[in-house]
Amino acid sequence: MATAELRAEALLTVREESYLLIVWRRFRRHRVALVGAVILLAFILIAVLAPWIAPYDPYAQNLLLKNAGPSPAHWLGTDELGRDVLSRLIYAARISLTVAFVVTLISQTTGALIGAISGYFGGWVDNVIQRVVDFMLTLPLLPLLLTVSALLSDVTLPGLTREWSSVVIIILVLSLFGWMGSARLVRGVVLSLREQTFTEAARALGMSDLQIVIRHMIPNAMAPIIVSATLSLGTVIILEAALSFLGFGVQPPVPTWGNMLNNAQADMWTQPFKAIIPGFCIFLTSLSFNFVGDGLRDALDPRLKR
Amino acid sequence: MTLTQMQVQTSLDLSTDQDLVVVRGLKKYFPVRRGLLQRVVAWVKAVDGVSFTIRRGETMGLVGESGCGKTTVGRTILRLIEPTAGEVYFEGRNIFALTKPELKTLRRDMQIIFQDPYSSLDPRMPVGASIAEGLAVHGIGTPKERFEMVVDLLRKVGLEDYHARRYPHEFSGGQRQRIVIARALALRPKFIVCDEPISALDVSIQAQIINLLKELQEEFKLTYLFIAHNLSVIEHVSDRVAVMYLGKIVELTSREELYRNPLHPYTQALLSAVPIPDPTLRRERILLKGDVPSPLNPPSGCRFHPRCPVATRYCAQEEPPFVNIGTRGQEHWVACWRVM
Amino acid sequence: MQRDGREILLEVRDLRTYFFTEDGVVKAVDGVSFHVRRGEILGLVGESGCGKSVTSLSIMRLITPPGRILGGQVLFDGIDLLKLPEPEMVRLRGSRISMIFQQPVSCLNPVFKIGDQIAEVFQVHEGLSRIEGWKRAIELLQMVGIPDPERRAHSYPHELSGGMAQRVMIAMALALGPELLIADEPTTALDVTIQAQILDLMRELQRRMHTAIILITHDMGIVAEMCDRVAVMYAGQIIEEADVRTIFADPQHPYTRGLLGSIPVMGVVKPRLDTIPGTVPNLINLPPGCRFAPRCQARLEHQARLGNRCLEENPPLFHTGPGHQVRCWLYR
Repeated sequence: MATAELRAEALLTVREESYLLIVWRRFRRHRVALVGAVILLAFILIAVLAPWIAPYDPYAQNLLLKNAGPSPAHWLGTDELGRDVLSRLIYAARISLTVAFVVTLISQTTGALIGAISGYFGGWVDNVIQRVVDFMLTLPLLPLLLTVSALLSDVTLPGLTREWSSVVIIILVLSLFGWMGSARLVRGVVLSLREQTFTEAARALGMSDLQIVIRHMIPNAMAPIIVSATLSLGTVIILEAALSFLGFGVQPPVPTWGNMLNNAQADMWTQPFKAIIPGFCIFLTSLSFNFVGDGLRDALDPRLKR
Repeated sequence: MTLTQMQVQTSLDLSTDQDLVVVRGLKKYFPVRRGLLQRVVAWVKAVDGVSFTIRRGETMGLVGESGCGKTTVGRTILRLIEPTAGEVYFEGRNIFALTKPELKTLRRDMQIIFQDPYSSLDPRMPVGASIAEGLAVHGIGTPKERFEMVVDLLRKVGLEDYHARRYPHEFSGGQRQRIVIARALALRPKFIVCDEPISALDVSIQAQIINLLKELQEEFKLTYLFIAHNLSVIEHVSDRVAVMYLGKIVELTSREELYRNPLHPYTQALLSAVPIPDPTLRRERILLKGDVPSPLNPPSGCRFHPRCPVATRYCAQEEPPFVNIGTRGQEHWVACWRVM
Repeated sequence: MQRDGREILLEVRDLRTYFFTEDGVVKAVDGVSFHVRRGEILGLVGESGCGKSVTSLSIMRLITPPGRILGGQVLFDGIDLLKLPEPEMVRLRGSRISMIFQQPVSCLNPVFKIGDQIAEVFQVHEGLSRIEGWKRAIELLQMVGIPDPERRAHSYPHELSGGMAQRVMIAMALALGPELLIADEPTTALDVTIQAQILDLMRELQRRMHTAIILITHDMGIVAEMCDRVAVMYAGQIIEEADVRTIFADPQHPYTRGLLGSIPVMGVVKPRLDTIPGTVPNLINLPPGCRFAPRCQARLEHQARLGNRCLEENPPLFHTGPGHQVRCWLYR
């Protein structure tokens, strides 16, 4: 009796573990992705631990020490209001990564949901949704984002200051224009899963549509969703930086890598590292997300053995 | 009109207590949709008026070339596809009239085995969970009892206990087909549709699966509808055989009779086309002209007439009825003007 | 008798083609030797993964990475194809040796009319004009039994049925009157009545043009109907070779016997089919001895005589009769 119970338990628990183990083993073989993951982990740690790591308050101004160069007290110098650049860079990681994660969470979930509905119901529902997606995809993204954020740049949300409103607004705007890719993807996955015989077998066993979606469709769609989400994180980082750099994104004094880049423009020729370093952070995180996405794509591919 | 009445009439006469499945006038048309509004521009007549019965404990062979509708018949009988017209009775109950909960209960009695063992198992699920799935859906047993049943089933189909925890990609095609069979058996069904269960497998593995299916039939008193394109396999497994061409059954009789005395010209051509592994044998072969016509626009009259070596002008005009011309209690159904 | 007197057209000696994959080295073809005489049909038989297709692709030198031909000779009319410079090999393919495949539709270019595709063969190899090429193409379509060839030549590949497309492939393959045709499962994707038509066509053309054919198949029925000689492959090696009557009348290798016993034969109903236990071995981790040993029941029956030799040492081919070779310790 007891042994049977143990084995039954093993049947249920070993499953997840072994699958994750397989994925991890395959992911490890992808060197570049592994490096990307380490870099991202470092950035995330920095972002989380910002209050303990940052040497100064990122908002504290020291008007006596404006535009200073590097010194033992301020490793990366200070900006035009005398704020410590290193501290701002560390806090900027917080904002940039948070924006990226929240936008991705919203847009990918919405996209997946819309895509699943489109693929599962088919017919005219599918047709309408796909035409909307087509329309959204033909819009030129950056000019559109600029226009919309410009229109909303003066809006102040209740309970928030103007700068923090800009953070929320940029999240909403980027989410609004970021769901189409995942909708397309999930629709494709659902359509191909509907053709797989195992969903038919499930119906022959007496499972309802909902049960089939929960037990078979979602687990099988997870892998491509995770990959697409990872790649989307990289894109969002870039878009947010671009908007903030152009002054339509997150408003100062809240620091992001994009608006730090903007601030550094004035000193571009005298202190180029103040522009290069936030630019490098943008480049590195975005690239790392893409590498990790590629690695995950290979690791999660069920067609590959081992 | 008179024809369909005739078919219904004749199959009614046939149906008795020993019939597990009775199929009457089954039709399935698939719409062909075009354009932005997805308007129906044509119908593919995949199954176009099929009637037959399957007796308790027998293997009914359904044979035909690709596109003849044999797979659609199998799917529709299990109501995995909704029919366009017709009735299917399982133990006297019309399964097309059942409500959803009733149908779910009935699913325990009828199962299906598919052609492609690679796509018929969920790649994300250990095979033990796949086999136990039906039990879980119908709330049979506790998880512990289900696991015991899974182990029992794995042994029955020739696999080992520890295989329960493995994933589908760790198995060969033949082993996967064993797993699919175990899953179908889990609910202790009375009736299994075997849809080309061996044609995706290697030659030396095919024999293993055929033998396994036969053993299980004996042990569990199963009734099979065995769908295949390979006439040698059909002869080996079936008690009775139905031959399909372009959505219709053209001939139906016992195995011995069909292979000894095929009456329909299509059956004759089909049998003569099978390569026989005996180099000393030299046979006269009936070569058919051309390809199978499209079920979108089947030929008038007898659907076989454009390719038929013995067709007359009359065959193009009127569709032959499907009638029993067997003698001395032998049943031998055939739809051909030249035979009657 | 006359067959034995015929000149050898193709001789493959100790061919080895491996695939270097992430998981290890797949020894797809591992020391294969055989020959084909002019005008004869050789059947290359085996289950999926036995190396029969890789053998034929190696002959044509169409192996792509991670695959590599590691060794051996392919002597075609005295020339070692494996040493031939690539431009000469290109000229040879399609003119003296040609090949047809299992999926005919995917072998044709979807954006060109089939008439153009056949005409191109003549334009490239014989320098004919487009119009002359078309004329020859229509003659060929007629020859392979395509009704209304003038109209059909204007069709695109997707407008053809599987059987029709295979006829077009055969027309293209035979366009330049090759001495050797390699047919890789040419009828596996076709229905049985269409298969009968295609086999009939191949036999008739072979008789008329005296083309030698290597017919790759897993169907013993097709072998019996089409072939003069048979080579049975298992796990990258030839394990038995004989003329077609001998193979069916007196199969010697336990695998060949098992294979023949496991096929349901029309007209012969047995209560149970013979089976070969287990599955085909993984070509990465091959057993050290005979590759069939783990599945071999004869090994157990003759344990007293054979000892553990089967598990330790891979047998060579033993001659057991005229033209009959078997890779099994039982025939030492």
